[in-house]
Amino acid sequence: MSINITMPALSPTMEEGTLSKWLVKEGDTVSTGDIIAEIETDKATMEVEAVDEGTVAKILVAEGTEGVKVNAVIAVLAEEGEDASSIKAPKETAPPAKAEESGKDEKKSDDKPEPKTAKAEAPAKSESAPKTEKLASTPLPSANTADGRIKASPLARRIADMKGIELKSLKGTGPRGRIIKRDVEGAESGAAAPAQVGSRPAGSPEGLILPQVLDDRVYAPDSYELKPLDGVRKVVAKRLTTSFMQVPHFPLTIDLELDHLLASRTAINAAAPEGIKVSVNDLLIKACAMALMDEPDCNASYTDQGIAYHKHAHVSVAVAIDGGLITPVIFNAEDKGLGEISEEMKDLAGRARERKLKPQEYSGGTFSISNLGMFGIRNFASIINQPEGMILSVGAGEKRPVVNAKGELAVATVMSVTLTCDHRVIGGAEGAKWLQAFKRYVETPEAMLL
Amino acid sequence: MSTQYDLIVIGSGPGGYVSAIRASQLGMKTAIIEREALGGICLNWGCIPTKALLRSAEVMHLAKHAKDFGLKIDKVEVDLDAVVKRSRGVASQLSNGVKFLMKKNKIDVIEGTARLEKGTTAPKVIVKGKDGKDTTLEAKHVMLATGARARDIPQAGLVADGKLIWTYREAMTPDVMPKRLLVIGSGAIGIEFASFYNELGCDVTVAEVLPRILPVEDAEISAMAEKDFKKQGLNIITGAKVENLKAGKNTVTADITDKDGKKESKEFDRAILAVGIVGNVENLGLEALGAKVEKTHVKVDGFGKTGVPGLYAIGDLTGPPWLAHKASHEGVICVEAIAGKGKGHPEPFDASNVPGCTYSHPQVASVGLTEAAAKEKGYDIKVGRFPFIGNGKAIAMGETNGMVKTVFDKKTGELLGAHMIGAEVTELIQGYVIARQGELTDIDLAHTIFAHPTISETMHESVLDADGKALHI
Repeated sequence: MSINITMPALSPTMEEGTLSKWLVKEGDTVSTGDIIAEIETDKATMEVEAVDEGTVAKILVAEGTEGVKVNAVIAVLAEEGEDASSIKAPKETAPPAKAEESGKDEKKSDDKPEPKTAKAEAPAKSESAPKTEKLASTPLPSANTADGRIKASPLARRIADMKGIELKSLKGTGPRGRIIKRDVEGAESGAAAPAQVGSRPAGSPEGLILPQVLDDRVYAPDSYELKPLDGVRKVVAKRLTTSFMQVPHFPLTIDLELDHLLASRTAINAAAPEGIKVSVNDLLIKACAMALMDEPDCNASYTDQGIAYHKHAHVSVAVAIDGGLITPVIFNAEDKGLGEISEEMKDLAGRARERKLKPQEYSGGTFSISNLGMFGIRNFASIINQPEGMILSVGAGEKRPVVNAKGELAVATVMSVTLTCDHRVIGGAEGAKWLQAFKRYVETPEAMLL
Repeated sequence: MSTQYDLIVIGSGPGGYVSAIRASQLGMKTAIIEREALGGICLNWGCIPTKALLRSAEVMHLAKHAKDFGLKIDKVEVDLDAVVKRSRGVASQLSNGVKFLMKKNKIDVIEGTARLEKGTTAPKVIVKGKDGKDTTLEAKHVMLATGARARDIPQAGLVADGKLIWTYREAMTPDVMPKRLLVIGSGAIGIEFASFYNELGCDVTVAEVLPRILPVEDAEISAMAEKDFKKQGLNIITGAKVENLKAGKNTVTADITDKDGKKESKEFDRAILAVGIVGNVENLGLEALGAKVEKTHVKVDGFGKTGVPGLYAIGDLTGPPWLAHKASHEGVICVEAIAGKGKGHPEPFDASNVPGCTYSHPQVASVGLTEAAAKEKGYDIKVGRFPFIGNGKAIAMGETNGMVKTVFDKKTGELLGAHMIGAEVTELIQGYVIARQGELTDIDLAHTIFAHPTISETMHESVLDADGKALHI
């Protein structure tokens, strides 16, 4: 006799949830207490334990499926001695096909989230029960069914084939999650991107990227003004989204004392020729470049072929512009004098705001720096500017109480900086060592002269 | 009355009453307001009674051709009163059917004329009853389904008087059979009346301002229809300008300028104005609510939202195509979107897959893009055609005048459009509509088994012909 595994109620009020992950696959043997799946509601994620033993004969609800009704059959177990392949899916249990009112009054007193095994009683109910009608065209998040069949219209299949798109990588928006023409037409063509996407497991973040819309029944179209995306906005949105989602990143924060650097800056500017005025930011750019030279392991990019260690410090500097941001690059910053960096930065930032930079002036950096100190931001962590391996976020320099070398409480100008690192390239220790080098240059700017 | 409704539908045509039923199914407390007869124009003065009239014409046609089928009928006569009576009977049967459906679905039917006033969550609905008294109703949602009516063009002197110059309304309840009839406009309505009156022995002239009749259809189908109608004795003037339509004592005169600029004053017994439709947007209080009205149609999004909180509009009122099934579909979408509140929402209305049917003899039906429109949109196309003369069932029925034309995207095999003329095509078109909805390609259609012998086989052959693989020609 096969055993139905049903969608558990994680709380007395839960009516439906998302089957976020399967931890078993068809053919796996499970014993009582094994964790077989993860269920998500808007409030919590819970694990589902098996309460029977047997072989997983059929998975009926694909992972990533939202709105699975409590008590809907999500998988079928074959008991010992039973041929798993002979078990058919119970009727009417296609992903959250039918609402089951009946499930609600049961189990109310039982807080413990454990799967209900309704033993063939659930399907019988679902055939007679449905009073709460489900609308016919309810889209489901995944077109993949448990048996590996991809639901797609013939036209969608043909177009996908022509464009070289893997149907697996797409989210169906047709009836019952069927992939239709518009889903394929909306997908990016070309071999590389879809192949990469397709290789990710189902339920991965890709579903979150597509499509971004405001439901016009929630946000009335006349309640906001829609400004079409321009090129910069599109690039920023796409690049930062991919970077944030695909790059395993971690932040490291350190405090720096600035008094010495500020004094040096005054002295440098006093000695500088007419028209040259070095800013704190210029000094920080230089310090970054020097630190990158000291810690070459950190001047790196992750590629599928290997890690690229850059020989020069090309420092990208984030500049806010109207409608987005852009990162002009100070190339070979390690070899440039402060005056040169200052001049160059002034020119680049000015042309960036007028959107007059050439592509070669804002691409090719190996490291980025972003400064929000002028807005009084104390500390923040930027998103890595791929394919660079690190980005430094610079906070405001402010008077803070510090304990000096003599153990006395003193006042110093302190600045917090946060380094966001791509963990595929840079380990915590490397990142920390780089910050130490950077700190040394900032706190003892004379070292940059060496 | 202080009932708080979930939904009030104004207008009980096929858009309104279907919406009300759907709303009731979804558990909404629903009321429907009608100023005339349940079922609206469609059931009472449109689709249905004209189909009854055209059925009489069809029987007449068969009776006249009885000899062809080896039967002898000595004399076929028209009893106009009986023809009209039958048509009215059909309409009233269906209107009663709607009454029953409303009762069955526990929908409150309120007789009277509605107007709107600013409310809190949705506009208030004030109904002026038959007794002249106002009743104010409130609901969470209000749907306008007030439909449309025949258009006059006063600046060209084209105004119906309801006596000699008819709209569809008078045209379907004629007191006498006119000997000479002018039909102005050759869309579905004009052509159906022209076909009906022609079959019953009237001398019919159709004047169309555009270069061809049935202007929304594929040009090839228009041309075939024109040829067939002319063979049946219809006078057709295309590219025609009709002016100074004047009703005399018992006759109507009109100045008709043909496409070559030749102007002629002609006399008829009756004229039918079928020059389009205007939305019933007046006296509803739309301006005060701030609903956008453009060219007599209320502007809405894909779910019937007007932009005024709680106010929706569907059907003829929102613009073309002015078809009952479009109205019903929009209504269902709108109600489901209201009930869905963000979950399980239906697809927004898509005008590209609305079939259109003309029930003349021969019938015309189509869906999707015409050949010209497909080319204009930049598609690289292939076209299949199959004539009824190659179809066994059509020959057996004596209906060999007809053709099925299919337009495919050459690259993807998508069925871009289908265009049919001939017997029963209005029943057949649905096959192609389903194919388009399900995104079937040429290959799927080619592999589909069509029952033999049926006229539907011409649909299969047309698909095969697009690849030069038609079997029976």
